[in-house]
Amino acid sequence: MKHMGTMLMREGPFEEIVMGNTALVRAMIEAGTRVVTSYPGSPTPEIATAIRSIPRGDRPFYFEFSTNEKVATEVAFGAAINGHLSTVFFKSVGLNVASDTFVQLSYMNILGGMVVVLGDDPGANSSQNEQDNRHFAHMSYTPVLEPSNPLEVYLFYKEAASLARRYHMPIILRLTTHVCHAKEKVAFSAFTPLQPDDTPRFNVVGGPQIPLTEEALGKKREALRKLEEVGRTANESNLNQLVDNRNRRRGIITMGLPYLSLMDVLEKVSEKPDILKLGFVHPVPRKIVEAFVKSHDEVKILEELDDILEKDVKSLAYDAGLKTRILGKTDPETWIGEYTADKVQDVLNDTWPDMLGARHPAAVLPEVVLARPPQMCPGCGHRSAFHAIKKALSGQDITVADIGCHTLGYLPPYEMGQVMMCMGASPGIGSGLSLFNTSRKVVVFMGDSTFFHAGLPGILNAVFNQHPITLILMENGTTAMTGHQDHAAVGENFNGPTDKVPVRKVLEGLGVKHIYEVDTYQQSRLTERVETAVNNPEFSVVIARHPCMLKFTREARRKPGYQAKQVHIDQKLCNQTHTCVAAFGCPTFTRHTDGKVTINPDLCIGDGSCLQTCPTRAIEKPG
Amino acid sequence: MLKSETIGKYLMKPFNIYLIGVGGQGIGLLSEILLRAADYAGHRVKAVDTHGLAQRGGVVVSHLRLGDRVFSPLVQGGEADLVIALERYEALRGLKVAARDGGALVYYDTVWQPLDVRLNRAAEIQAADIHRVCAARGIKDYVVFHPALEDTRMQNTAVLSTIHKNELIPEIQEKHYKNAMEDLLQGSALKQNLKLFEGNG
Repeated sequence: MKHMGTMLMREGPFEEIVMGNTALVRAMIEAGTRVVTSYPGSPTPEIATAIRSIPRGDRPFYFEFSTNEKVATEVAFGAAINGHLSTVFFKSVGLNVASDTFVQLSYMNILGGMVVVLGDDPGANSSQNEQDNRHFAHMSYTPVLEPSNPLEVYLFYKEAASLARRYHMPIILRLTTHVCHAKEKVAFSAFTPLQPDDTPRFNVVGGPQIPLTEEALGKKREALRKLEEVGRTANESNLNQLVDNRNRRRGIITMGLPYLSLMDVLEKVSEKPDILKLGFVHPVPRKIVEAFVKSHDEVKILEELDDILEKDVKSLAYDAGLKTRILGKTDPETWIGEYTADKVQDVLNDTWPDMLGARHPAAVLPEVVLARPPQMCPGCGHRSAFHAIKKALSGQDITVADIGCHTLGYLPPYEMGQVMMCMGASPGIGSGLSLFNTSRKVVVFMGDSTFFHAGLPGILNAVFNQHPITLILMENGTTAMTGHQDHAAVGENFNGPTDKVPVRKVLEGLGVKHIYEVDTYQQSRLTERVETAVNNPEFSVVIARHPCMLKFTREARRKPGYQAKQVHIDQKLCNQTHTCVAAFGCPTFTRHTDGKVTINPDLCIGDGSCLQTCPTRAIEKPG
Repeated sequence: MLKSETIGKYLMKPFNIYLIGVGGQGIGLLSEILLRAADYAGHRVKAVDTHGLAQRGGVVVSHLRLGDRVFSPLVQGGEADLVIALERYEALRGLKVAARDGGALVYYDTVWQPLDVRLNRAAEIQAADIHRVCAARGIKDYVVFHPALEDTRMQNTAVLSTIHKNELIPEIQEKHYKNAMEDLLQGSALKQNLKLFEGNG
């Protein structure tokens, strides 16, 4: 078997099939990055998987999963002002959490340089929105490089690292979901390990780095000056690419994955426009863009999500007095969704209908395929929890979800969680819902990783301002949705054992007076506890605990002597009330046309959490 | 600035593969084996998998594109030459969203009932329904099912075996699939999967 860690640390040049996220780690190694931090979130967690494949003793840099993206950014910044090249990575909405720190970065003299790797998610594949983080780049005067495939991820990171070092500034490497996860063969360069310089080089020569009053303005001036310098570099950079098809009538300016989609679409088109593919997307390389616009009659800005490049190009064309027709976004649909080849084909069809010819409308096939939304795994403690909690609440009560696997409880048959915003928002939203409200109980959910990430301020506020809501803390002992990363209550961090910080102790420390704890497999007990909690006139917390069974089962399977177990249904006892398959809703249960229920042997893990849901006790313990 | 042009000739028309299944069925491994086998066979190849949220019992998709002039790793709607599904409903979904008329479908005939079937809001589809759709569109369908499979997590290898035995992907030979499996598996897992791969089809 090929070992990823050995491959990543190879000293000679080599070729290998890798994901964008893996190529990034090789780039970090070659660039001499010393500190890397993160908080898990799709599409970026596989970066940490690649890092983990290198044994800790061989890893040329320090890595940690911090408690949230803001802290991760601060740790990387702190290391960088000591002279170490650092990198922080997280998902799109992670930048919202990190933003208070992030917007300051460009004001600072970052001695070692810092690369901020963002995993944006056009199409909202695994996020609550599809925000375009180039807005943050504009707001914070931070340059952005945007690769389109794994090879470019590797090359662009190294360029970002080099710029960050040269100008002592932050550089954004903006990835999107299908750039992170794309796989292809990449040719890597040699890597020469250097003896790292651990000297803490932080200094206050030229004054302390405290951006207050006039100091802030001076630092802003410096940030703008650096941005302009990077813009000049951008004009000379090989990260930008001209595809010259000798078409002076039509040109397209694009970047990232939309460029690849465009190239696929043009394979079937005889009139191929010229293409300017930008690697530097902020600040735009003015000279190159101006020359491209000037030399074409019409230029289409082919841009995923928002109209940021379009505004930049239109503004510089106006300043230069260019007569070229610049075609940007039209209807709202052009702002929405990932620019796959299908989407690009539609967008170009609207722009230049004659160029693509009539598109054959996709055949409308008569088959109806049932939806298959994501759902909780067989044996999931959250399923037991929702099944039990539902019994403690009335249909009028209000349930607020948070981010995590438990969010999936909003789907039928549970329908627990009627509103959700972002990490750690549920106690605050619930507190607001409880104002002037004496008739409908408010129950808010939160997972344990989120609790440490952004949950504490909302909980403390509920205590401080005496909001009479109930928080149900869905503790599964891991960060499950993103691939089982450890958090502060686990007793293990990325690098080894650490002290556990039990959630109960934290809650007690925050001043929560009413705390109930129960394993979610004890369903009737959980129902009782929730009834007690919601009837308590003060803020209360129910810790609904059960280990993530996906993680638990995976670990159990690896142990010698593991015996797979499954429950059985005694067809003589079963009177087909269908509680197991419809209300409890474990995907293991299969309903036959004659009403009979059986177990799907592909799915059952023999956890037995379903036994108690059967009114006739027809489900038998795993043998 | 780098300069290039798109004018050029095909060495090989792109061959698009669309893999679909349910989170937990091992579609990631199957896709990675195909990707590496295609590379060993000398194809230029690009791929991309679903990660994150959808993996929890939802629809999981993997795209694989072979050819000299392939840019995005994503297969366009209705352009998959081969649809590989690990479940019956997902076979139908793959046919609907990705399959090209006249292409091929290979699927493992197990059912992970969607919620609406379990809630008795919809009836279960049958293998015959899939066959009817394929026949109407000139798609050749290959059904894989091994009732005696020791470990359900090896269904993907049973599918791989059928793909190989019927030469459903141009130019990939037995040794290429084996090399790919050796890159990704070891010990008893490798042995068991190789045995299944060679044994049936």
